[in-house]
Parts: sequence; structure tokens; C-alpha cells
Amino acid sequence: MIGQLIFGVLLIAGIILFYKNASKIYRNIRLGKSLDRSDRPSERLKVMLLVAFGQKKMFKKPIPAILHLFVYVGFCIINIEMLEIVIDGLFGTHRVLSFMGGFYDFLIFSFEILAFLVLMGCVVFAVRRNILKLKRLNQSELDNWPKTDANLILTAEILLMAAFLLMNAADYKLQQLGAAHYHAVGSFPISQYIASWLPDQVSTLIGIERGAWWFHIIGVLAFLNYLPISKHLHIILAFPNTYFSNLEPKGKFENMPSVTAEVQVMLDPSLPPPTGEPTRFGVKDVQDLTWKNLLDAYTCTECGRCTAACPANMTGKLLSPRKIMMDTRDRLTDVGLNIDKNGEFVDDGKSLLDTHISREEIWACTSCNACVEQCPVNINPLEIIIGLRQYAVMEESQAPASVNNMFSNLENNGAPWKYAQADRANWANQ
Amino acid sequence: MENELHIPTVAELLAKGESPDLLFWVGCAGSFDERAQRITKDICKILQHVGIKYAILGTEESCTGDPAKRAGNEFLFQMQAMMNIQVLDGYEIKKIVTACPHCFNTIKNEYPSLGGHYEVIHHTQLIQSLIDEGKLKPADGNEFKGKRITYHDPCYLGRANDVYEAPRKALEVLDADLVELKRCKSNGLCCGAGGAQMFKEPEKGNKDVNVERIEDVIESKASIVAAACPFCMTMLRDGVKVKDKEQEIQVLDIAEITVKANKI
Repeated sequence: MIGQLIFGVLLIAGIILFYKNASKIYRNIRLGKSLDRSDRPSERLKVMLLVAFGQKKMFKKPIPAILHLFVYVGFCIINIEMLEIVIDGLFGTHRVLSFMGGFYDFLIFSFEILAFLVLMGCVVFAVRRNILKLKRLNQSELDNWPKTDANLILTAEILLMAAFLLMNAADYKLQQLGAAHYHAVGSFPISQYIASWLPDQVSTLIGIERGAWWFHIIGVLAFLNYLPISKHLHIILAFPNTYFSNLEPKGKFENMPSVTAEVQVMLDPSLPPPTGEPTRFGVKDVQDLTWKNLLDAYTCTECGRCTAACPANMTGKLLSPRKIMMDTRDRLTDVGLNIDKNGEFVDDGKSLLDTHISREEIWACTSCNACVEQCPVNINPLEIIIGLRQYAVMEESQAPASVNNMFSNLENNGAPWKYAQADRANWANQ
Repeated sequence: MENELHIPTVAELLAKGESPDLLFWVGCAGSFDERAQRITKDICKILQHVGIKYAILGTEESCTGDPAKRAGNEFLFQMQAMMNIQVLDGYEIKKIVTACPHCFNTIKNEYPSLGGHYEVIHHTQLIQSLIDEGKLKPADGNEFKGKRITYHDPCYLGRANDVYEAPRKALEVLDADLVELKRCKSNGLCCGAGGAQMFKEPEKGNKDVNVERIEDVIESKASIVAAACPFCMTMLRDGVKVKDKEQEIQVLDIAEITVKANKI
């Protein structure tokens, strides 16, 4: 009875805490500028099903894709087991779903196989990250917290799966020994081997079974509340983020409506001048980004496929599209804490541009869209880079000298080079 | 053939009370860059050869604004765009072929919301449709037969607009030994010129992007690398020079290959 009570309190506390953290993230995302992504719902659903649910873009790299598929499918399916754990915990039952008979055996059988695959997947991931030291998993933007974050996630998953299998192993052995309360149900293809290493005393076995059970459920609740401060948040946000994907061709950059109004007046002075508050051109801080850019930042799980494909990064330039996303999230987190503390945002003398992202980074981009193409959850670092350039150019006139030359050639001669417009068709007569 | 080539301007046709069925948007590189001018002329040769009634804007053409937009100068971009739209609409232009993927992308994707609505194709798409219609057919024993040829996807044609098959179609009809680069199609590697990089020095790094790319070409053992963008053309040729491979590797535009193969 006391166990049920503790379980109930923990469950409710875990859920309330998660709700609180999640609503802060939702509020932070809404600090971004508006953007309409409510059109073409069926097309959006299709993208979400293919890219997030179906993992389509992961398969550009088959080995990590298969390992990730194990972990992903395992995670989703084993969550069905969570349902039983919650019911058992609240009502003091044991394996309440076992009334399903043969089907229950099948479920437990598949959970065990999946748990084993998740465990193996995570071990291989940890080896790739820490022993084989894959380049994209060890670049400088991952120093300190991001690496720790990654290893914490892998450790948590390995421990959770180990606890799950250990619980089943003890349960299986108790069933074999005919212990009261432990009726013979389930099929244990993996844990039956672990069972042979366990002691034979019923009381010890019950201790192990209960211990593993509590560890598993407390672990899951703790993990749920770790998500909001971790890159692992992608397990939830990958779905909305792909749903709200850009459905236009990747080469199409939005035209700024505020500029259109002004240019129209410049070309036709008879038009009335644009009214309303002058807005900032481009992106200096996270509030200048759209909510989709901010959702992108929270969705990023720092896999680095974007950076590995970036022509600037692979040739030793400072730019890393992954760092652009990480910086955006870090800055947004700071802005959120600032609002929590002051009630509204109070200028802290910092900004996304310069405090986090340097000019050298934004000017190294070739706008080739490789980062956008590679992202398994349709994040767009390029939009942020172009937004930062727009601020540097239009608000500060701070472009590299050669780019400024290109602008003045374009303005004066209608070409990026210093050739006269009148000579434009000379080639046709040569 | 060269001296028989007459390139009409839209203004010239209008003076005769005519209008073109297709506007050939030459682009800045195609107009001023010597290497690209040869590609421009080859596109004109193809258009004349198949009897399409086309014209260029001549001195009335101006930069689409692409480099300004990618460099963050939205004002300059929209000024260019709106002026170009005025010229195009003044001539009631409906269909445009471009020689440059950047012009193609900008007019096709970014002009509509500023009021410029046209059917826009890239010259590789035009060549593909002419091949499909049977109007272009490589001559027997064309010089590319059996040669090892590869193709470099320009970012603004490939990833930006998902045009991967049209340029390949133009190569498939050659009866050549076609080979893909290790990074191709949606995984293609940039030449290093996009996003206004063409007009500035690269940031500090340990290598130039075009050198990284030309190493893919060298690895493919192709003797010809086909391009479809004047900026890629410049970058790839520079890469070939840096690697001292000018004797082994030729960089040719899809239009040039088509003209040679068809003996136009």
C-alpha cells in the first residue's frame, strides 16, 4: 500500500515537473516571429510520417541508421510496457496485462529482444563516440557539456534496459521456483540466460525484481525530466518539427515584406510611404528568428550530419551548421531564464550574433543547402545564417570589403563585376 | 557556323512587330566572363539549330539580384528583382530559359511573390526536352563516345530545385562511359562559389572548397567533368589548374557537350 502511494506521488510529481518545463520551452519557442506553416496539412503529415516516423533521411548513413532504428523502435514499443508498469504500480497488481495469454507472451518476448537491441545499439553508439572517436561526434563545439549530455543519455538508456532485463530475469526465476504472487507468464528469450546467474533465495530474488522495477520506473520519470535540458528532446520534437517543415524548394529564400514596401516606394514615389514601426532587418538575436528556427534549435540532437556535409567546415573554416543550432538554443535558454527572473526580457548586453556566432562563421557559408539536405529532422541552419548576414549588411553595413564592392557594382552596373551595363551584349557581336 | 549565328534581342523583334516564344536569360557570367560567353553562344546555337523563336534582353538585362540576396542585401535584391520584372512584363515574357542555376532559382522561386510570374527552365532541362522530342540527337561517332565523363551537380540546380535527371539525360545519349562522383545528386558537394563566395576571398581554413571537389573528380578517373553553372565552371577549372591536371581533365558545360556531340 505504501509502495502504491509512493509510486503515485512520484508519477504525478514527474508529470507535473515535465509539464512545467515543457511549457517554458513552448513559451520560448513562441518568442520567435510569426510564420504561417498551417497550409497543406496532408502533405505535412506525409513528410512527418516519412521523415520522423519512418526515419527516411537517417538512411543516408546506413550503419548508424540501423542502430538508431533499433533504439527508436525499442523505445517506442517498450513504452507499451510502461503502461503495465504504471497500472501495476498504482493498483499493486503484478503483470496485470498477462490476462492476454499468448499475446502477452509474444509482447514480452518482443520487448526482450528489443531491449537487447537497444542495449547493443547504445553500446555501439558509445564506442563510436568515445573509442572510435568519429570526427563528427568529437568536434570542438561538443566539448564539455554536449559530450557529457550524449554520454549521460547513452548511460541512462543502457541502465534502463539492463534494469528491465534484470527485472524479467528475477521474475522468470521466481516463476520457476513457484514463488507466490509470481504466476508463470511471459516469454523471456534474453533474461532466461541472465536468470542462471542470479541467486536461488526467493527473498533475494524478490528484492532484485522489485529493485529493478523501481529503478526502471524512477529512471524513466527522471529521464523524462532530463529531456528539456538535453539534446535528447528530439525524441518528442522531431515530430512537430518535420510536420512544420519548409515545403518549398530549398533554393527559395523568403522575400522580406518590410523591404518590399520600401522598394516599391523607391521605384514609384507616387505611392504612399510605408506606415508602422520600423522593424529590425535581419537577425541579431533569437527574438528576430521565426518560431520555426527556434523549434529547430530545440529539436537538434547534435548528430553533426550537417557539419560533416558542410563544404566550409570540411575545408577547415570556422563555420559549423550544428554549432549555429546549438548557439541558437543556448542563447534562447538564456533569454528564457532572463524572462523567468525579470518577468520580461531585460537587455543583458548579449546577442546571438557576436556573443555566440561570429562574423567569420556567417561569411564562410556557401548557401549550398547541404546542411538542410542532410538533417534527419528537417532543421534549417541556413535560414539563420542568412538572417544574421541580413542584419550585418542592412542594419550595420558590415559586410566584407569585397562583398561591398560586389554590391556597388551591382547597384551601378547591374552586374556583380565592374563591367558597364552597355557592354552586356557585346559577346553577341564578337 | 559561328558567323551565321544571329542573336536577336527582344527589342529588335518588337520593332518587327514580333515577340519571342522563349526568352534566353543570359546572366552576368554568361555576358561578361569569357569562358562562360562560349557556353552562352552554344546555347544560342542549340536554340537556332532546333528553330525555337528566342531572343535575349541584351543591354536591358540586369543581374537577378541573387548574389545580393545570399549576401544579406535584401534591398538591393528586391530593387534588381522589381526592375527586371518591369522589363520582363513590359515585353510580356511568359517563358524563360536561363544558363545559370542561380538566375534560374531566383527568377523561378523568388520573383513570383514580387509579382513576376514566368515559366522558368534551366538550359539542361531545355536540352533534355529537345532530346525527348527527338530534335537533338548525337551524331554517329561523336567525339564523346567511350570517354569517361562525370557530372558535378550545381547546388542551385540540384539540392535547391531537385533537378538531377535533366543534365544526366544529356550525357546518357552520348554512348560514353558515365561515372558518378562519390558525392553526387542530393549529396553533391558545392564548388565553393555559392552564397556570394564567388565575389570574396574564402575565410581562413586549411583548403579551398573547389580543391576538395576536384579531388572527387580526380578519384572518378573521368577525363571530362560536365558542369551546368558558370560559377561551378570557374571553380572546377581553377581546381584542375591547382592540381596541375589540365592535360587530363576537361571541364565542359552540358550545352557545349551537346553542341559538339550534335555537330551543330
